[in-house]
Amino acid sequence: MAIFSVYVVNKAGGLIYHLDSYAPRAEAEKTFSYPLDLLLKLHDERVLVAFGQRDGIRVGHAVLAINGKDVNGKYTADGKEVLEYLGNPANYPVSVRFGRPRLTSNEKLMLASMFHSLFAIGSQLSPEQGSSGIEMLETDTFKLHCFQTLTGIKFVVLADPRQAGIDSLLRKIYEIYSDFALKNPFYSLEMPIRCELFEQNLKLALEVAEKAGTFGPGS
Amino acid sequence: MTVHNLYLFDRNGVCLHYSEWHRKKQAGISQEEEFKLMYGMLFSIRSFVSKMSPLDMKDGFVAFQTSRYKLHYYETPTGIKVVMNTDLGVGPIRDVLHHIYSALYVELVVKNPLCPLGQTVQSELFRSRLDSYIRSLPFFSARAG
Repeated sequence: MAIFSVYVVNKAGGLIYHLDSYAPRAEAEKTFSYPLDLLLKLHDERVLVAFGQRDGIRVGHAVLAINGKDVNGKYTADGKEVLEYLGNPANYPVSVRFGRPRLTSNEKLMLASMFHSLFAIGSQLSPEQGSSGIEMLETDTFKLHCFQTLTGIKFVVLADPRQAGIDSLLRKIYEIYSDFALKNPFYSLEMPIRCELFEQNLKLALEVAEKAGTFGPGS
Repeated sequence: MTVHNLYLFDRNGVCLHYSEWHRKKQAGISQEEEFKLMYGMLFSIRSFVSKMSPLDMKDGFVAFQTSRYKLHYYETPTGIKVVMNTDLGVGPIRDVLHHIYSALYVELVVKNPLCPLGQTVQSELFRSRLDSYIRSLPFFSARAG
């Protein structure tokens, strides 16, 4: 498995479809006694580690679960504030799971429109005539591939850097979009895609691409 | 293969150095505006990438490519950013960008008491050494002069 997620962005920069196909787990669970030797802070409705990197817990990681129960933003499973709960000596020893914060759907919308503008700036700053926007963005943990159709829809795939065959996958997703979203009489253009067949076929295409393209971490 | 241009930014977004070799199109805005746009784009890409990444990153953003060019990015822990635009045929050039930082910028600018930090580099030696280093790169094409 090495394709992380798929985004479809309409020509105005709005996110109209999103699928997380595989999220590698980078989490660390540890039992703490009072006082907690990490500095936590509240950021964007989440409790993040601000200081005290250790044992796989890194700065920027969020509190994901307390005593095996998933937290809900800054609140514990039974509705108390996480910071308050961890500040109370009576609740110790406590086992806390930390990990990279998962993206909320609001953040995904924001990131999609952010990419939309980066795409445009990328073509404006081109030193060559007639350049498109960003087609591939490379980092050490993932590669982002983007395919913009003539009608302005952008298909974005996040994949492992070693995953091959993403270009053909992007064309395939376009084909699936045309066949199962556009041809669906109940689908209105530029609006979020809620079509069962689209989703089914997309998942199938991702599976095929993962097997065909080589060397995912777990395959 | 060819090198289009090179930007050097400090951590405050000041463009320390800019030079171009085979650049066929200007951005259509003043150079100062272009530096701001470039720095702004890189700044946003960095935050975009750190949010999008499924795992914790080490080097972070490395490069992006469009249909016509490829932008290579290298950042030091002190926030100096080296950005080079080349054509699509050029592979990873992290070591080249690191060399520009460590062997040229640090040696000729940081260690030069006459070069104030945090503003455009005036040193003629730095410019000429950088130019000859870029021209000596294997992927610097001689065909366009």
